[in-house]
Parts: sequence; structure tokens; C-alpha cells
Amino acid sequence: MATGIKDKVAIIGMGCTRFGERWDVGSEELMVEAFQECIQDAGIEKKDIQAAWLGTCMDEVNVGKSALPLSLSLRLDKIACTRVENFCASGTESLRGAVYAVASGAYDICLAMGAEKLKDTGYGGLPAGGSSSGTLNWLWLPAITAPGSFAQLASAYAAKYKISDDDLKLALAHVSAKSHANGALNPKAHLRKPVSVEQILAAPIIAHPLGLFDCCGVSDGAACAIVTTPKIAKDLGKKDFVTIKALQLALSSGEELGFNSWDGDHFVTTSKASLKAYEEAGVKDPRKEISMMEVHDCFSITEFVTMEDLHISPRGGALKDVMDGFYNLDGGVPCQVDGGLKCFGHPIGASGLRMVYEMYLQLHGRADKRQLKDPKIGLTHNLGGFPFMNVCSIAIVGKYGV
Amino acid sequence: MAGIVSYGGYIPRLRLQRMAIFQSMGWFAPAIMAVAQGERSMCNWDEDSLTMAVAAARDCLTGMDKSKVDALYGCSTTFPFADRQNSGIIATALNLNENLLTADFTASQKVSTTGFVAALDAIRGGEKRSALVVAADKRETKSAYFHEMWFGDGAASLLLGTENVIAECLGSYSLSRDFVDHYRGSLNKYDYNWEERWVRDEGYSKIIPEVVNGVLKKCNVSIGDLSKFVFPCFFKREHQVIAKGLGVKPTQLVDNMHEVCGETGAAHALVMFISALEEANPGDKILVASFGQGSDALLFEVTENIKKLPARVGIKGSLANRKEVDTYPKFLKFRDLMQTEMGIRGEAPTQTALTTLYRNRKFILGFVGGECRKCGTRQIPSKDVCVNPDCGSVKSQEPAEFADTPAIIKTFTADMLSVSVDPPNMYGMVQFDGGGRILADFSDCEMSDLKVGRRMKMEFRKRVYDKERGFHGYFWKAIPQAEA
Repeated sequence: MATGIKDKVAIIGMGCTRFGERWDVGSEELMVEAFQECIQDAGIEKKDIQAAWLGTCMDEVNVGKSALPLSLSLRLDKIACTRVENFCASGTESLRGAVYAVASGAYDICLAMGAEKLKDTGYGGLPAGGSSSGTLNWLWLPAITAPGSFAQLASAYAAKYKISDDDLKLALAHVSAKSHANGALNPKAHLRKPVSVEQILAAPIIAHPLGLFDCCGVSDGAACAIVTTPKIAKDLGKKDFVTIKALQLALSSGEELGFNSWDGDHFVTTSKASLKAYEEAGVKDPRKEISMMEVHDCFSITEFVTMEDLHISPRGGALKDVMDGFYNLDGGVPCQVDGGLKCFGHPIGASGLRMVYEMYLQLHGRADKRQLKDPKIGLTHNLGGFPFMNVCSIAIVGKYGV
Repeated sequence: MAGIVSYGGYIPRLRLQRMAIFQSMGWFAPAIMAVAQGERSMCNWDEDSLTMAVAAARDCLTGMDKSKVDALYGCSTTFPFADRQNSGIIATALNLNENLLTADFTASQKVSTTGFVAALDAIRGGEKRSALVVAADKRETKSAYFHEMWFGDGAASLLLGTENVIAECLGSYSLSRDFVDHYRGSLNKYDYNWEERWVRDEGYSKIIPEVVNGVLKKCNVSIGDLSKFVFPCFFKREHQVIAKGLGVKPTQLVDNMHEVCGETGAAHALVMFISALEEANPGDKILVASFGQGSDALLFEVTENIKKLPARVGIKGSLANRKEVDTYPKFLKFRDLMQTEMGIRGEAPTQTALTTLYRNRKFILGFVGGECRKCGTRQIPSKDVCVNPDCGSVKSQEPAEFADTPAIIKTFTADMLSVSVDPPNMYGMVQFDGGGRILADFSDCEMSDLKVGRRMKMEFRKRVYDKERGFHGYFWKAIPQAEA
């Protein structure tokens, strides 16, 4: 009988680069930058790392295939390295690989790295795959973009809950304004400028009804974690260390895309993965027990509906919670504490680890101006793909034994 | 009795106002004012002769048993493929029985009547039982000249057979004469045209009377017995003068549709013929003559069955479904006659894997999905494992057509980031009545059409043109249903 991952693996070090348009560096240098912070934080030596995982998504315009870019950049000496790719969950997948390897007893100390260089394409937005996105997909799937695919949530949500387009648009503006306010407090964030609700509403439309400020930054960056067993963490002299409470993943079966049971208004994967994560972590009432969250706010509407799929806002209740400021830094469950994808930025493979990095800083009281009062349990969430077929990953972290 | 069993028509919804051409280009070519009346039909950016042919053929097959079609002749001078049978693509799009004869009739403006005669011969000879003739053209012209004004885009289709004939073919008379009013080299984009006065006087004015008299004599019918006389001729005045010279009264002459559509190339003789059939009564005799390096003249007599023909869109319905375009550069852009900055995003690779296309041709071209034998769930695309989470049966699906299944919008967006010839790129999920759904491009659509619950229908359209390799890719798109 599976017993879950809770408190079986400790995070003893983390690093994260400044995210942004890092014209000065490629993925190779970004990985070194994140790793230097991480290994110093962990207080171990590079030779202590026995296996490593690399999460990247857009390898065609980035590092290329395999985990060699990781082993070559960090000069990891003939150890096991694996590249994982699962859309925007790639960073969390890298963490899963490292965490499960430690939990299995196969290794003592592992590295999880996520990195992405998105600004080597020559244009804004995420890279367009064209016919390289799958030979059959190319023959029929509309030329969707990320904003265009997620924007459809808004049309379906408004129709289902009979909310006016203007009311929804206003709530979405509040979602983005909150993240901008948080991002402004973060020296490593890509976008560090507070933006008003009025500015957000007046921005040009990217994909109806989403405007420019409803979309997250397209950024370069890397983040990483060193994980080990709680016993080794103690042996290394770590006190009050952070452990993994839950790691869950759920992928679409094609039901959303092909079976007429989904209204297009939410994420069926998140809805399920979150319940499994709460069970694994022993969380009974997430709205009360989760201290803070970093969710996949690739677009304002994604964050908005995710509040319901995480079972924090009731179905149809996200609008009220958003307008009440429940997810603001001083709200009931602060969300996007570090600025989120919206403002910290979204180098795809790095994002999952960047979210855990913020939870890690907060739990250790090292979040400076954004520091929350005594957070206990942090949740991170990634959503890769599209509302109609996607990969959802959820991680819950907290102090060991808490 | 052999003859026409059914007809169908398609004129694209977009109508370029000819004054818009003049307003943009009159400074350069003031003479084009002489033909700047009304509007010409123009393809949307995702339409071409192949998609129009499919639309007209679908209209023609309304209420017909398409499983019996055993010959399909595609007639056009502008089919997208020089070597890949375009009629075969049409047959796959229509999901016809694969045991059929397909052939492209091309390289002359008269090919629609030629295709018709060939089909009639096959039916009369007994080798074929049900033959579909479909003609379509989307001709390119250089900017700012008469032909750009005269031409329109469109398609027409006739189903031939021996049962429930709505118009019997009394006879035909063909003339092949290498009169080169214009030509287009096989690697050239545009026609090369000789002087209009010569085309008018030596061409239309001599060839049309010759074939008309030929078929009338052959069938022992006099001109006065005709209810309607159909022949394409974009010289409006000459069209009337030639008819008058033959003794045809103005009421007998079918309009060349210059003001409402323009000349639809190889399809036009049939487009005009269908416009006449739509008004015809049993007993009417209709003479149709084409023009292009000679002519084929066809004489028909309409039967009682025309009253029983199920309702269809036809040419009349197509003409009524119109949206005016008064921005001339849009016409140029839609036809790729104007180079605009598409951005680096537009440089994404565009290769089509022919193996993948072949394996999935029923889905991609025919829009065929599946219906699970175990649970009855309809689904598209059809996969080995049933999509119903409570079923999951393996290899349990029978082919199921979705092309004619009405649908509603479930989700939508209008995307400004996506590379598009006509931004914003509109798409979303549509759900079919009776089960099944698909993420689809929307076309022939305005932002104001986009509402959850809006009724849509599926149309065969161009998806992508791979310029580097000359490949045209097609799939099905959702189009707003006319609201009742």
C-alpha cells in the first residue's frame, strides 16, 4: 500500500536566478547561476550529488535534447542525469525525479534543475511549433497560441455562471494587479512595476478577452533544489528544514477534448490532483490550512479558475474571493506571493522550482519585503498544455514534522 | 432517361465592391471604371477552387444517396495541385465510396461542359450509374485591369444519373478550336490576354452561334422553343448582342451575373445554368454553351421531378448570403498578392508528413470520426480507445461522419497573437448534436458571432499553404449557421 511522499524527502538547498529578458546569458549560464546559490545554501560539495534531473520544455529554441546541457554546464562528473519534459510541469517533474530517487533509497543526495531560455526566438510570446508540434496535430489543430487557448476559459466560465463579460474582466484585472503589487517587492522578478486595475483594463487585447496585462512574462531563468533524506539533513546539521508533503500529477485522458462532459470552464486535472495532494499531505481544509500558494497564472483567467479547482474558492465563488482580496498578500490565502508567473516570469522548465523556491524562502523567513507571518504550508501548482488537454502538477511543502 | 438528378452551387460569401478597386487603382487605370458596377465574389483567405468544389458538391448531394456515386469529374483551371488528383481530394472530402472513377478536367474555360458530356456518356453507356460533375475556379489576375473586375470566384455541381432526372439532356454539340483569347503557361501565375476586340468579334461572336446552331439542328429544336439560353461572356453588351443575333429574346437570356458575382471561370457556364434551373419549370428547354478554345453546347429539357428536388442553397442561396468587402487591399492580402510583414512567428515549420496524412485521410479530409459499438459515444477524431471514461473499449468504433452534424460553440476566443491572414484568429471548441466535440478554427465569422451556444456548421477549408514545398493543407472549420 502506497504511503505517499510526506516527510520522506528534505529540501536542503535552493537557488533561483533573476528571471527576465536575460540577453546576457543562455540556459547554460543560468543553470550555473542558480546552482551556485543552491549549493552554497545546501552547504555540501558538488561531488556529493549522486544524480540530477533537468526540466526544460522548449528544447528546440533552448538547450537542445538530453540532460547533457546540465552535466556539461555544471561539469557534473559522470553521474546519472535525466532530462524531463512535461510542458509547464517540467520543473516540478524534475523535482519529482530527484525526490522519488531519494525516497526510493537509490540515492542519498539529488539535484533537481529547471531552466529555460525563451528569448532566443526573435519574437514575443512563446515559440510557435508549427509542424514540429506533432505530425498529426499539425494537420488539424487550430493555430492556437497560449493566450488563445486559455482565453477560452473566460468565455465558457462567464456563460456557465452567467457572469457579465465586464464583471469577469474586472475580476481578472484584480488578479493581475495583485501579482504586480507582489512582483514589485521582489528583486528577482521579471516585471517589478505596480500596475493599476485601470491600466490593466485599458491594455490592448491579445486574445479576447485577455489583454496584455492578463498574460504572464516570457522570461529566461533557472531554479534548482538539492534534496536528501531527513536523516541526512539532520546529519548535515540542518534544523527546521523543509520537506515535501505531497507531489501529485494528473494528465488529461482526452475527455475534455472529446467527450461532452466538460463545459470548458475549468481544469478537471487540477480538480483531481489537488484532492490527491491534500490527502497525501494530510490537509483537511485547504482554505484554512494552506498558508500560501504559487499557482500557474500563465494568464489571469488560469489563476482565477484554479482557485476553484484547488477547492479553496467554492465553484462559482472565485469572483467574490478575488474581489474581496482573499488572495492578496494580506488576504486569507496569499497567492502569487513572489509575483507569480505574471511578474516573476515564466521560463517554462524553471517555473515549478521557482515556485517551490518562494515557499522555501517564506518557510525559512527569508522572503524580505514579501515575508508572510509564520507560514506553515505552501502549495505550488503548474498547468502545462491547454485547458482542453493538460498536465497538472501540485507540490505541497512545509517544515519537517509540522 | 439520362440527365441531371441534382444540382448544387457555391459562391463565396465575400463580395468585393468593384468601386473599391476603382477607388484604390483608378488613378492608375481609369478605364476600369467602365466595368466597375456592383460586386465580384471573392474567396475568403482559406478558400480556393478545391474548397469551393467541395462546398458545391455537398450542396448537390443534399438528399441524394452519395454511396452510389461511381464517377467524379472535377473541372477547373485553378486546382491547387498540378500532380495529385484534385478530384480524389474532393471525393475523400465527400467521403464517397472509394470504388469510383475520378478525373480532373482542366486547362480550358470550357471544361465544366466537357466534364458533363464525359459523365453523360459514361451514364448513357451504362458503365457508370451516378456521376458527379463539379466545377470551380479562383483565377488570379494582375491588379487594376478589366479581368480583375470581370472575374469572380465560385463553383457549381451537377449529379448525373438515370433515375429521378430533373433535366434530361437532349443532346450536345462540341467544337474544339485553338482560339487563344488568353493563355496561362503551366508555371505562370497570371493569364496573358490578347486584345478584347478580337476576342469579342472573332471569338465569342463566331464560336457561340456555331455551337448553338449545331446543337439545335442536331436535336431538331428551334431557338424559339428555348425557355433559357445560358452562355458566359464577360463583355456584357456582347453577351446581349450575340443572343439577339441568334434570335434570343432578352427574357430568354440568362444574366451573366456581372453585377452580383462576376465570371467564375470554368464553373461559370454551370453557375449560370443552375441559376436558370432554380427558376425553371417542367417542360422548359435550356441551352447551355461554354467558351474556351471552342465550346460545348448542351440542350436540356426540365422534367416534373424538379419540383421534388430537396431544398438546397444553390446559386440563389449563395448569392443571398453575402458580406461586402470595401477594402481592396484585403482582396490582395487574401490572395497573397501583397507581401505583408508576418513576423518571425510566421516562420514556424510547415511540412506535412504524407504518411500521417494518408493514415488519417478519412478524418482530415472526410471529417470522419467514430461511434463506439459498446457505449454509443460519438467522437472525433476516432482513437483506438473509446473517449468515454466509463467505457474505454478498445477498437470498438464504427466510422461516423460529422461533416453534416450541426454543432454549437462551447468555448471561443479571438486571438491577435496567432499568425493569421485575417486577424484575429478565431477558434474554439464546438460540440456536435448527438455527441462529439472538436477544437476548431472558425471561418466566415465576425467577433459578434462568437457566443457560447451559437449554432455552427462544418465546412471544408484550407488550413495551411506550405509555400516552400507547394503543399496545400485542408481540414474542416466551423462556420456560423444562418440564424433563423
